[in-house]
Amino acid sequence: MKPVDHAEASSHFIEAKAHLEFHDRRLWDLRVKRDREAHGIPEWEELRNLASAIKEHTLSHLTDYLEEFEAQAKNNGAHVHWARDASEHNQIVYDILSAHGAKTLVKSKSMLTEECDMRPFLETRDVEVIETDLGERIQQLDNEPPSHIVVPAVHKLRGDVSAVFSRTIGSEPGNNDPSYLAEAMRRNTRPYFLSAEAGMTGANFAIAETGSFVVCTNEGNADLSANVPKLHIACIGIEKIIPKIEHLGVFIRMLSRSALGSPITQYTSHFRAPRPGTELHIVLVDNGRSQRLGMKDFWTSLKCIRCGACMNTCPVYRRSGGLSYGATYSGPIGIIIDPAFDIRKYSNLPYASTLNGSCTDVCPVKINIHDQIYKWRQVMAERNQLPLVKKEAIRIIGKVMSEPRLYRAAISATGLAIEHLPRFAIYNWLNPWGRQREVPEPPKQSFRSWYLENRGRQ
Amino acid sequence: MTSRDAILAAVRSNQPASAQPIPAIPLYERTSPSLLDKFRETLMSMGGKFAPAPDASGLDGLVHSLFPDAAVICSATPEVRGTRRLDASADPATLADVDVGIVRAAFGVAETGSVWLSEEELRVNALAYLAQHLVVLLDPTHIVGNLHQAYRDVRFKTARYAVLVTGPSATADIEGVLIHGAQGVRSLTVALVPL
Repeated sequence: MKPVDHAEASSHFIEAKAHLEFHDRRLWDLRVKRDREAHGIPEWEELRNLASAIKEHTLSHLTDYLEEFEAQAKNNGAHVHWARDASEHNQIVYDILSAHGAKTLVKSKSMLTEECDMRPFLETRDVEVIETDLGERIQQLDNEPPSHIVVPAVHKLRGDVSAVFSRTIGSEPGNNDPSYLAEAMRRNTRPYFLSAEAGMTGANFAIAETGSFVVCTNEGNADLSANVPKLHIACIGIEKIIPKIEHLGVFIRMLSRSALGSPITQYTSHFRAPRPGTELHIVLVDNGRSQRLGMKDFWTSLKCIRCGACMNTCPVYRRSGGLSYGATYSGPIGIIIDPAFDIRKYSNLPYASTLNGSCTDVCPVKINIHDQIYKWRQVMAERNQLPLVKKEAIRIIGKVMSEPRLYRAAISATGLAIEHLPRFAIYNWLNPWGRQREVPEPPKQSFRSWYLENRGRQ
Repeated sequence: MTSRDAILAAVRSNQPASAQPIPAIPLYERTSPSLLDKFRETLMSMGGKFAPAPDASGLDGLVHSLFPDAAVICSATPEVRGTRRLDASADPATLADVDVGIVRAAFGVAETGSVWLSEEELRVNALAYLAQHLVVLLDPTHIVGNLHQAYRDVRFKTARYAVLVTGPSATADIEGVLIHGAQGVRSLTVALVPL
């Protein structure tokens, strides 16, 4: 399989100027709002330490907590299923649906079901799947995956949404008013909530002590999906476990503040047991997580609570768009998760970063994201996954840097070259760096020659 | 081997050895500003509204004055009569035509402007989502400071379904434009009414 070419895909994203400009501004706005909320809480840094400690503790005792969660959930009257991988997950969901004769499934947003590619699996088996989160529904109707884990259609402008809706759900062509478009989606979705035989949610947290799980949403769609149909299926990655209810305080205080810059989501919903006369099925999914848990440099990526703060702050993500990563998870967190799924396919992703460390600074559970990006680059080099141009460049740089004489000669030659070479010799395909930028003016003198002149003889 | 046992075996053999103990969580209690002021300020920032104090016409009169055009008013609390009796055993989908739902919250959270509801208060959970508008009665003395304090409430461990509701349903999925009334209620109004 050919590796995803993030740089190539980004070049198309960058061509659409209005989209690029909006995308960059909208996500930076979320980052600014996040800062305002975080700075309003004196104990913010303490909360990050606590969140990180709770997650590290849980992940290093995960077997016990999974067993406790299962026992409690069964005790509550829920059915618990275990799926080793995506295909087993999809089969389990289908089997539950067919045992109930369910033909329509209303669901709230879940990155896990995206990861498992569940929708096409069910659709080819005649189950109609209705995404009920507005952004996710826009993406479903446009046959695109979500481009951001919190705001799935953030790369689209209102005109794009209007075009999708007029083509698919019969909204008035050319009416680009966001209120009108949201209302059109509400009216289209409501009948599905009332008639669907089954509802599905993901989970943000699963609590071992109570066997319950928490879903954080703003639109009310998850609570409709879970509280109207007689069957509720919840798909949960095994890394979502936390030990106790009291730990929720730490995470809920930070999740929406980090994600959207609001103090909490409109709905923070806790599901422990089925409503009388209905069924609750919980599917616990591994799909590579247990393997990642054993990777010394990368297991702490499992602490992630999927807030998206690292994406909003990342200059590369903001200017390349989530779809250019060609993976379920994009942005800095995606870069360190995706290669664990497929090292060849995602071998270029660790280079979609400036390593500025901003992702690490905003992460509410203190994942060392930029360190892990750097470590994935090392893995790619060791596993011979580097593209040829990069490999050759690194070989030459390595040689030059290791020999002072060569290095000095190269530095003075570079200065001369930038000053005297014609533009086409500097700005060409061998120097992608110069594509959107001017190479800086070379300094008149290197530090070494200045030092030798002024201090060297003292 | 079942999938369950295979997953647990893989987790057991891969989980890192860590001496990280389970941390104690402080309550981070604050004395100022007043809980009610903070609750009011945050809920309004999340799109919630506050009802004026009820007059001689009582709570039913208050709801009618807030929603003069409402045809179906359905209350989960005996404090308000409404226009339709809430049948706890009915199919939730029968609430699709409710204009205004009414419920009394167990408590509020000042930090986030949230109200706590469970199946005990709602009787039919979907009432809080299928209704076009929701009115929540809250005793102003039943407000805790923050989420750490809220999560010490034992009812989180006993309720089948519990939700912290903070304002009406909302979306900003189209160009970040904030719209109230996404899939759930279009408005949420809190009436501060002592129990």
